[in-house]
Formats: sequence, structure tokens, C-alpha cells
Amino acid sequence: MWKSLHIDPAKCTGCLQCEMACSYEHTGVFNPSKSRIKVFNFEAEGRKVPYTCTQCTEAWCLNSCPVDAIRIDLSTGAKMVFEDTCVGCKVCTIACPFGTINYNQDSGKVQKCDLCDGNPACVEACPTAAITYIDADWTGLDKMRSWAAKANTPTTAA
Amino acid sequence: MGWNRKVLRVDLTAGTCREEPLNMKWAQDYLGSRGLATKYLVSEIDPKVDPLSPENKMIMSTGPLTGTMASTGGRYTVVTKGPLTGAIACSNSGGYFGAELKFAGWDMIIFEGKSPKPVYLYIENDKAELRDAAHLWGRSCWETEETIKHELQDPLVRVSSIGLAGENEVMFACVVNDLHRAAGRSGVGAVMGSKNLKAVALRGTKGVSGIHDFKAFMKATTEAKKVLADNAVTGQGLPKFGTQVLMNVINEMGALPTRNHRDVQFEDAGKISAEAMHEKRESDGKAQLVTNAACFGCTIACGRISEIDKGHFTVKNSPKYWGASGGLEYEAAWALGAANGVGDIEALQYANMICNEQGMDPISFGATVGAVMELYDMGVLDAAKIGIDSPFGSAEALAKLVEMTASGEGFGKEIGLGSKRLCEKYGHPELSMSVKGQEFPAYDSRGIQGMGLAYATSNRGACHLRGYTVASEVLGIPVKTDPLTTEGKPELVKAFQDATAVFDSAGICVFTSFAWTLADVQPQLDAACEGDWSMDKLNEVGERIWNMEREFNNAAGFTAKDDNLPPRLTTEPAKTGPAKGLVNGLATMLPEYYKVRGWTPDGVPTAETKARLGL
Repeated sequence: MWKSLHIDPAKCTGCLQCEMACSYEHTGVFNPSKSRIKVFNFEAEGRKVPYTCTQCTEAWCLNSCPVDAIRIDLSTGAKMVFEDTCVGCKVCTIACPFGTINYNQDSGKVQKCDLCDGNPACVEACPTAAITYIDADWTGLDKMRSWAAKANTPTTAA
Repeated sequence: MGWNRKVLRVDLTAGTCREEPLNMKWAQDYLGSRGLATKYLVSEIDPKVDPLSPENKMIMSTGPLTGTMASTGGRYTVVTKGPLTGAIACSNSGGYFGAELKFAGWDMIIFEGKSPKPVYLYIENDKAELRDAAHLWGRSCWETEETIKHELQDPLVRVSSIGLAGENEVMFACVVNDLHRAAGRSGVGAVMGSKNLKAVALRGTKGVSGIHDFKAFMKATTEAKKVLADNAVTGQGLPKFGTQVLMNVINEMGALPTRNHRDVQFEDAGKISAEAMHEKRESDGKAQLVTNAACFGCTIACGRISEIDKGHFTVKNSPKYWGASGGLEYEAAWALGAANGVGDIEALQYANMICNEQGMDPISFGATVGAVMELYDMGVLDAAKIGIDSPFGSAEALAKLVEMTASGEGFGKEIGLGSKRLCEKYGHPELSMSVKGQEFPAYDSRGIQGMGLAYATSNRGACHLRGYTVASEVLGIPVKTDPLTTEGKPELVKAFQDATAVFDSAGICVFTSFAWTLADVQPQLDAACEGDWSMDKLNEVGERIWNMEREFNNAAGFTAKDDNLPPRLTTEPAKTGPAKGLVNGLATMLPEYYKVRGWTPDGVPTAETKARLGL
């Protein structure tokens, strides 16, 4: 069963623990500039929004790669960049409608969220549960539950 | 490790930027940030130097935990000799700027001399250069940040700058980063202005790699974060209500200084409290508070983001203030509100925004307005002199004076001198509610006795962040003490002062100490830094930093006579509340404090104390 990263921006405080955790997981250094998840701050609205790859089924990045350097990890569903194959042509960064795959000057390759082998570091690090990792088929479950709770039904069947 | 081991020295007179290695011997003795930067400063400047002269220096410094996953590890300190006090000035700030400095590969920046023309410093990793800032001079902190991001075509750059207040050398001007985070007190922004340095813009992509033991560090920081999350203050109170959670609590204790400390309880405290920020306004059905927010790395998130009432008289014709912006913290709400008797929370938010926009300490500004209103009440000052009717409680006066002070217009120029100089000028030095020239924060020391001693002995003048005995006397952290007695307070003040010096020097936020003791910080530092970082050593480092600052002040000309409180607090009893009839018992506490510190009866560290601390 695959899981999805699920983001609730209303819970984000902008602390950037997720960016540090992501960079540490992938580079061994605390370095938000190399994070694959980014938090955006819409100052005048008081909104902070974490944003990262949603692992599209028909992934534009994967389909556009001329050297097949982006493949699916069957255990997690993550679209993975294989650095040995990637030639750094950046076509995927143009193809992705969401901007969540980006070039890394240090490695000369592209990088994107790989779901950390099924244990995303950003989720572990988030202090407010703004980022969770939940059943990919039921990302709407919490929302459904909250609406269900509002249904005006009797407590016991007649 | 924990440090980048690299210092940037900027000679503003010559216009040069030079790299030098960090003094690692000093790093072992003074840790980082506040302690280490102060060591550099006191080693390099004459203590008697004029704070606004080119001979003064200004240092921006990170600590070993800045830019790491340690909770609240995003802080940097601005250290200099302060113009408001003439004492050591040391103000720290959160936001994202401090971590970015670390990510660019530096530990600290030392600014010396004075630039012949306005400049800003731009750092991109190893590259550092001074750039022309003629087009930024005369602009606010907000415009400066926006303009720099635009001209560098880099939205990810982090900016720290001064606004009009710093340019005009307002004695309590601050340095503002990330729009509404500030190195707030003692006038560090005026020093920056005196050097013709408008801003520092940073972009760091190197990250922090120098952690001594990453595995132990991740374990220690994760455990410490859990302590914050499980604590009622840091886990619930601060995220929901911010520091404003204190307004009603302190008012009920009879320790909320009101109308220039004439009273100790404010009848409108409820109207300017955290609860009021959550309440929906009648005018537009919205609460002033939009959300809470965190500084870099902070898992508490006490910051307030607020939206002013668009129809309020202060902003109805100024749409630029209508969006969400930095909101009222307790100290600002008190200084702009209770200290002046103003109960209009929208007016407070307006004054708070101007302080952020133009880089001004709302505590010293608000408290100085409190003194002006008292002088007005006594007939010493009038509307013609001030430029507006200024009775206690006037939101109109507050709003007008905040603009005038930042821009140095008319009487605003005199408010910009701070309450000590202003009250002296008008023949009533006793009305300045300050110590060593710096205004009190939001706790009346008649109702919280230990704070009287903490204020009197604070190395940067009256301040709550140098020895916050409120934690013990009000909240029972780490142990409850009686706020109405002086007993045991000298030891308590010393313990808080020394521990706080370590928190500040580590690069973390002192608000963690609502939940953390030094024992929670120690494993994080020990994993981050090479060398021995035992509890014994940390205690010694804290005490060493405190004594070093004291020695600088003594050399600058301060004596035991300056460890004092205004007569109002030691001779005029509190009129209402639990402290009714009490004055502060400083005279009882001070000699005992000197003894506990290992100082002479004149407040000078003895040769023995200095030898013990390696000073």
C-alpha cells in the first residue's frame, strides 16, 4: 500500500524544520537551499505553505526524461531520480507543471522528493503535523470525517 | 565544531571585506553569539569610546546552534557599545537572517570605522562586498528589503536593515530583519546608522556541516523538542496566545506598570490582551490576530501575525498597512498601551507596525512617551511644545508621536533621545523610568521584587531578558518563589543571569527556558561542539560572560551608583493589587547580590573572582 505526503498549510508556522530535515536526509548537512520541500511565506496574508512533489501517476518529469533517469520506486510509488543516469539536461524541470523538480548546481543533476524510502524526514520533523504521510487512497479521510461529524443524525438507530 | 570558524571583518572606512579565522580559544571560553562577540568587542574597542563615533565597532554574530535543527536555533546577536546607555549593548533577534549567515559559511561579521557614504553589505557564500546604498537611504526597513530583493533578482535573500530611526540616530533604534524581527534594544540601530551602513543582505547555500557528532545531535535535539511540546507554556500557551498571555496575569498581580509607573494595574488591560487579539471586532467581524508564526527552526511559534482594522483612524487612508503584519507581543502591547494608559488595541498595532517599519524599539519608545505624557499632565510640556495634546490615554498622540520620532520631526527628535535625556532636559530626571538610561520593560518591580534587582544590575540597562525572574516569581519555573519578598532573590537573579548568558550565546531563544533548563541545552551543545561542554563548564561560561560585560561597563565609567532604580519604585508604594503598600527592596538585595557574585561592596569583581573565571 502506498502512502502520500499530505500537507495542511493552515498548520504551518514557517519554522523550516522540514527543509532542514530534508536536506540533512539527502546531503548530510543542514541546508534549506538544498531541500526538496519548500515553505512559501505569503507575508501580507499571513499564510505559510509547504510545497513539494505529489508523485503524479503520469509524471511529466518521468515521461519527458530523454535518458530514462526518472523511474518509479514500486515500494513507495515515488518517482526517483537516478543520478548515475541523469545528464542534467533539465528538460524535466521544464515539463513539470508544479516546479517541484529542480536542478542542483553542486551535483550537476536534478533532484526531487523521493519519499525517503517510505519514511519522509520532513514528516518526522514537522512540529505541528502540517505535513503527514498517509494512505494514498484516503488523503481525504480527515476532511470526510470532519464533515461527517457535522451531519445532524440521531445518536442511536430507531 | 558547531562553528564555521570564519569571521568577516568589514572596514567601512576603507570599504574592504576581509576573512579571518575565528579565535577558537575564545570560542571554548565564550561559546558564541552574545558571549563570543562581546569578547571580540571588549578586546578591540576603548570602553570610553563615543558609541556613535567611527571608533565604536558593531558585531553581528551567530552561535554554535544557529542554523541547526535545534529548536529555535535561528538567532543572531548584535553587539556594540550602546548609545542609549553608554554600556555594553547586546540585542538578539530571530527570523531567518541569523541562520542564513551561518549557511553562507560565516560565524560573525565585525563592522569597524564609518563608510563615507551609505552602503549595504552583500554576502553570497564566500563572496562579500559593499554596495552603494544611496538609493536606499531615507527608506524604511520594509522598502529596503523589497528593493534589495528586487535589484539582486533573488527572492531568497535575507535582509537585516535600519529604517529612518537608525538613520536619524534615534537612541533606541533597532536593527530589523525579515520585516518584523528585531535586535531591539539599546539603540544598536543608531550605531549602524552612524556608520552609514543601511543593510546586510545574505544568501547562503553551503549549509551547516560542522556538527561534531550528527547522530548524537539529532537524538539530543529531538528529545529537547519533545520537552518543549509537552510543556504547558511552550507547547500550548505561547503558540496560542504569544507572550501576550501575560497581560492579564501580570495585571492581576499588580505588576503591570501603568501611566509611567504611577499605577501598577491598568483598567483597560483586558482590551489590549491576548484574549482581545482573538476577539472578533465589531467593525469588520475579524479578529486582529491572523495566525501565529515561528522564527527559523522554532517549534514553539509564539510570533503574532495580525491585521489592523482598516477603518481605524490611523490607517484608513493608508492601504499599505492593511495587510497581515507583525503583531503585538506582550512587551510592545504594554509599552505602547499600559505605559501610556492607551487602551485602543488598533492604535497599539499601528504604533507597533511603524516601529517595525522604521526600526525602533517599541519598549523604549512607548516608555518615553509615558514620561512625556506625565510631563504634559504636570504642565511642564504642552500641546504647542509637543505638537499635539498628549494626555495619558491619547491614542491620537501615540500615533502621531511614533511617526514624528522615527522621522525626527519636531518634538519627535527629543523623544528619540530616550526618557533619561528628555526628562533631564525638562528638569525632572526622576520621571525617567529607566536604569542606566534604558527604559523598563513590562514588569513593575514593586509587585515582582526580584525584577528590581535584575533591572538594577542588568549589564545593558533595564531589561527583562537578562535575568527573567518572572519565570520563577510568577510562573514557578523552575521553582516558585514569592514575588512580594526579597528573600533569596540575589541568588535567583545571579542564576538566571548566568544561565541566560549561555542560552543567548548558544544561538537559541531564551523563551525555550520556560521549559528547558541548562540541562536540556547541554546535550545539544555537547553534540554540536567539540571539547568539553559539561554542566559545570556551561555554568562557568555564563558567569564569565556576565563578569566580562560588567568589567566593560565599569571601565566605561559605570559604578555601583548606577545599579539603581528610579525613586518612584523605591519610595512610592504600589497603590493597588497584591503589592499594595510595597516598594522595591533593592537596598536589601543589592549588597547580598554583590557578595553572591564575588564582587566588592562597590560592585567590582574581586581579583579572586576574576582569577576563578579566567578573566
